Formats: sequence, structure tokens, C-alpha cells
Amino acid sequence: MTTAIELSHVSKVYRRYSAKRFATLKSALLQRSILRELQPSETFPALTDVSFTVPKRSTYGGIGRNGSGKSTAHKLVVRILKPTTGTVSVKGRVSALIELGAGFHPEISGRENVFINGIMLGLSKREIQQRFDEIVDFAELREFIDAPVKTYSSGMYMRLGFAVAIHVDPEVLLVDEVLAVGDEGFTHKCLDKFAEFRRRNKTILLVTHSLNLVERFCDEALWLDEGRAMAHGDPLRVVGAYLTKVEEGEERLLASEKAKAVEDAAPVSEQPADPTSNMFQATEGRWGSREIEIVDVAFVDQGGQPAFVFHSGDPMAIRIKVRAAQPNDDFVFGFGLFNAEGVCCYGTNTYLEELTPEQLAGDADVTFAIDSLDLVEGTYKIDVAVHKRDGYPYDYHRLLYTFRVKSRIRDVGIYRPRHRWSFSPGVRFKAGRDDR
Amino acid sequence: MLANLANLLRYRGLISSLVARELKARYRGSVFGFFWSFINPLLLLLIYSFVFTTIIPNEEPKTKPYALFMFCGILPWTWFASSLSDAAGSLIAGGNLIKKVLFPAEVLPIVSVLANMVHFFLGLVILIVFLVIYRHPPDAWDLFWFPVAVLVQLVFTCALGLLLAALSVHFRDVRDILANLLTLWFFATPIIYPYFQANVQKYRPLFNANPFTHLAISYQEILFFYGPIGHWRWLLALGAASIPLFLACYWVFDRWRDSFAEAV
Repeated sequence: MTTAIELSHVSKVYRRYSAKRFATLKSALLQRSILRELQPSETFPALTDVSFTVPKRSTYGGIGRNGSGKSTAHKLVVRILKPTTGTVSVKGRVSALIELGAGFHPEISGRENVFINGIMLGLSKREIQQRFDEIVDFAELREFIDAPVKTYSSGMYMRLGFAVAIHVDPEVLLVDEVLAVGDEGFTHKCLDKFAEFRRRNKTILLVTHSLNLVERFCDEALWLDEGRAMAHGDPLRVVGAYLTKVEEGEERLLASEKAKAVEDAAPVSEQPADPTSNMFQATEGRWGSREIEIVDVAFVDQGGQPAFVFHSGDPMAIRIKVRAAQPNDDFVFGFGLFNAEGVCCYGTNTYLEELTPEQLAGDADVTFAIDSLDLVEGTYKIDVAVHKRDGYPYDYHRLLYTFRVKSRIRDVGIYRPRHRWSFSPGVRFKAGRDDR
Repeated sequence: MLANLANLLRYRGLISSLVARELKARYRGSVFGFFWSFINPLLLLLIYSFVFTTIIPNEEPKTKPYALFMFCGILPWTWFASSLSDAAGSLIAGGNLIKKVLFPAEVLPIVSVLANMVHFFLGLVILIVFLVIYRHPPDAWDLFWFPVAVLVQLVFTCALGLLLAALSVHFRDVRDILANLLTLWFFATPIIYPYFQANVQKYRPLFNANPFTHLAISYQEILFFYGPIGHWRWLLALGAASIPLFLACYWVFDRWRDSFAEAV
């Protein structure tokens, strides 16, 4: 198997110059410090010891967070940047869909820009002439092709750039997060074009945030994080590893948000005149007499560990620590669940569920356990409260706690009823996913 | 470096289309369009004629008509000066290309020089028209030297253009310094006064040290003065010196090349 792209032990260090460096040539000359000032005062490693090979005729995906070095790796492959150490080798004509229409001049017509852009990307004039109609048709810009590019909408601009770049007919095609440019129809056309490239045994290097695309399209994938290769190989495995890491990050973020929300909660905003009428009006806060106090609220996963990110269908428990200053015999525990738009998804309390309070004294734990979190993907907030049967609040925590539900299925709505599909023999589905 | 230089020849198609784009884009949207390339030097010529024939009349008989004499020097100077200031800004203006497309950066300053050369040629048309109007035809034999002078100036300007383009990526103030320097340089060159004036001759070594002096005198001898061109040795010497200068500037440019994509 021959390789199309090979990076071996590549590091790229960006130089960051101190603010002083933007001092003037004059001062540099006066202080005879030109050479010194051209030295980087600070460096930033964008890639550290990254190695990977992309075999010919394969589709290779690159994923990672913003700033993880994906685009730097891309630019190294196109040879816009040179590696600080290590070697990059690429075989065959490369076309990069990085910044579409980067070379367009706003004042001249689309037609002239197609020619100049094509020449920049390595085509000869005649080759462009041959492909011109195809390019214009692909971009769907026939009637505007003689208008100056500055009059184009951003979508038209991108489409024209994409059309030129893809008609360069490269051996190696680099795609950097450009599928988001056009409308639905154009995106489909682009995907078709990629599929065609694959069929014609071209090498594609795809950098994207669309994990779906990587799973569906790529033969192999690479996950970069802070300039290091975290995993590469089978796309499903790499995407899985990446998602796990993303969840960890979100957990940390939500944990710190929780601490902050509870701290910031307006201590005793006026007790709403009628708390129940206020149920659907989502403003954060905390109020109540604190005769019974909610000391801590935690989300607990099935292993009993505190967590903030759950998968749809997982069990979840909400553990509430309460403390009663005096022994008390009139108390109701309440729970409310809201989605990010502030819509109440569910609400209940012990009174509604006909539990009659007898006694609460000192420290106690209350657990609200959900066997299966049948929610669609999204961010949710909860209310927890303890109050008298007549509504007099002891401690009311409104929307102070946030958790996130993840799902591999992009269904919509609020609630996912347990369901399954069944079909009579006349309906058949393919085993895997469609390639589109 | 030499490989890169050879590569430049492969990009001549790109250079020519970029020059064409530059020329097209410049006047796009203006009413007179491409005629500005004629109108600009024409207006300049009229202003200088008015100033130096009416307000400060020139006494030197050999340089009559004086406006025409000056014009022979101003045209190439305009090419030179605007090439340099365009070239100095070319990498920054073309930052998008350098950062996003694999692109030989030296194309940009060279395109600036060539686009201005086209304007120079268009200005020559105006000059010729006025040479005819004033019945002041140049010597036919001198015209042989004209392409030589253009070539020397082209190499010399490209050399400085490359250097300035590379410098201004790292020091943005190059462009401001350059603007002032060019004004000084213009008055330090025998363009609006003749070289053989007594005051100039007093500082002759100083004037000879100015490379553009030799270009200006050559153009004046070729296009304006009668008689055989006396300055050809200087012109050829400048041409010979321009080649190593070009290579040196190209070397500097080449060494800094990798920093452009990051620093622009």
C-alpha cells in the first residue's frame, strides 16, 4: 500500500512576539537589536511530535477541539507552513478546501476570478477553459458569473470557491470544515462530489467538527488535542474516545458552573406571591425561611458517582442533603425539570404523590431516582425545594443545577418515549448507514 | 534559492494574469476607467508646464520645452516610486493568499512592479504625443537604448521591491518611512532640474552615488536631448550592479519566506 501523505514526528512551534516587537524599525536600528527582535520571545507549540500516514485512495478524518492543531496540520500538508521539526511528504497534486475563494478579488468578475484562482491552484489556462462550464454549473452561478465578486452573497462566494477548488482534480484533496458553507442542497452536492472522489480512488483528508461525517466517510481518523495525537485508527473508536474526553471537559465546566450558581443565587429574593403560578416562569434564584435548608444537591450516575453528563436512557439520581434546624412535621420535597428554553418538562413533589410527612430532624438525605433518563439531547436545569404543605417555602432552589444529556440519536422534542420500530416484510433497510 | 527563482518562471502565467487583474481592478467602477492611466500623467504634465513656464520660468535654453524635459524623468520616476510603495504593501495586502494558498510570495511584489510598468508605457504614449506637438523628435539611434534602460530599471526596481516587501511584513513602519524617503529621493535626483547645471556639478560625486540619477539622465538623453547618448557606461554599470543586488534581495526574501505565513 502506497502512502499519499506522511507526517513523521512533526512539530510546529508558532512564534509569538512580545508587544515590544511591534516597536519600530527605527528603534530596532538604534538599539542594534534587529536580529534579537526577530527572535521569538515566546513560543507556542501548535503540534508536538505528530506522526501519521494516509494511505493512497483512503479517506482520512481529523477531529479535535478548536485550537487543537487540526488546521496547522492541514497547512503543513499543503506546505503553506513548514514544520519546525520532522518531515512532511505528500505525493501528487494537492488541492485544499481551506479558505474558499481566498484569492478572489472583489472588484473583478466571477469569470476572471475563476481563471486566476484556478491558475493559483495549479491549473493551466486551457485546463480552466475546458472546465469552466462545469465549474459555473456546479456553483450554480451562471447568471452572475460576469458580475463583480463583491456583489456576491457569502454563500455564492463560497460556492464559487468550492467549485474551483474541487475542479482542480487533485490527487489529494484537503477539506477543512467547509461543508457548512452552502444551503442544504449544495451540501448534498458537495457530499456527492466527495463520494465521487472516493470512487475514483483519490485521497481525501477531512478536517471537521462533524463527527457524524467522520464516522460515515472516513476509513481512518486522527484525534488531535492540544497539538498531540491522542488516538488514530478506526473512526468509530477514535470518535468514541474523543466524545469521552469532551464529556469529561463538560463535567468539569458544569461542576464549576454549579458552584457559581449556588453562590450567586439571590439569597432571599421576595418570595413569589404564588409559587405554583410561577412554575413556568424560569428565573434562577433561591428563597425561603431556611427552617429546613437544602445544603447540597448532586447528580449521581449509576455507579453512585457525582456526574453532570448523562446519556439518554441512563439511570440518574438526584441526591439532596437537607438540614432541619428544629424537628419538623410539615414538609414537602419538590422536584422540577426544565430544558434549556425554560420549558418545564416535569414537576412533582412528595405531597402530590401522597406522602404524608411525619418527622424530619437534623441532617438527612433525600434521593430522587430516575430509572431511565428518557430525554432528548440537551442541557437541563432542575428545581429542588422543600416547603410546607400550604406552599410556605423553607428553601427553594430555582434552576440552580444544570446537567447535560447526550444522545447519539438526533431526535427532537423534550421527551423520548420508550419505543421501537417494526416493519412488515415489504420494508427493508440496509445493514449499515448510508454513505450520504 | 535558485530553484525557487527558476520556479518563478513557471509562474509567469500567474504573474501575467495577476498583472491583468491589478490593472482591471484599479479603475473598475470609475467613469473614465482605463483612461486614467493617460489622464494622470497628462494632468501632471500640465501642472509642471504651468509652474515651470509661467510661475518660475526656466532660463536654461538647452532644456526647452522644459515641461517635456521634466516629463522624461518624471514618468520613469513614477513607475519606480509607485512600484516600491505598492510592493512594500503587497505581502500585507495579499495576506489572504499567503496564509491560505500555497503561493510563491515573491509573485506579489513583482506583480506590483509590472503593473506599474504598464502604466509607465501608457504614460509614454502621452509623452510621444507631446513630443510630436512640440516638434521635438528624439534621435532614432538613441531609441535603441530605451529597452536597455527599461530593463535595467525593471531589475533594479524588482530588487528593491522584494526587499521592501519582506521588510514591511516584520516592520509595518517601512511604508511610512518609504513614503518620505521617496520624496527626498525625488528631489535628490536630476529630474526637475538638469544634471549639467552648475549647482549640481558641484556635488557631482553625491549625485553619481544615486542610482536613479543614471536612469533619469539616460531617459532624458534617449528621449529628449539630441546627439549621441553619453551616459551609456553608467547605465550598463547600473544594470550590471542590479543583478547581484537582485540576487541579494531575493536571498533575503527567500530566507524570510517561511515567516510570512505566520507574520502577515
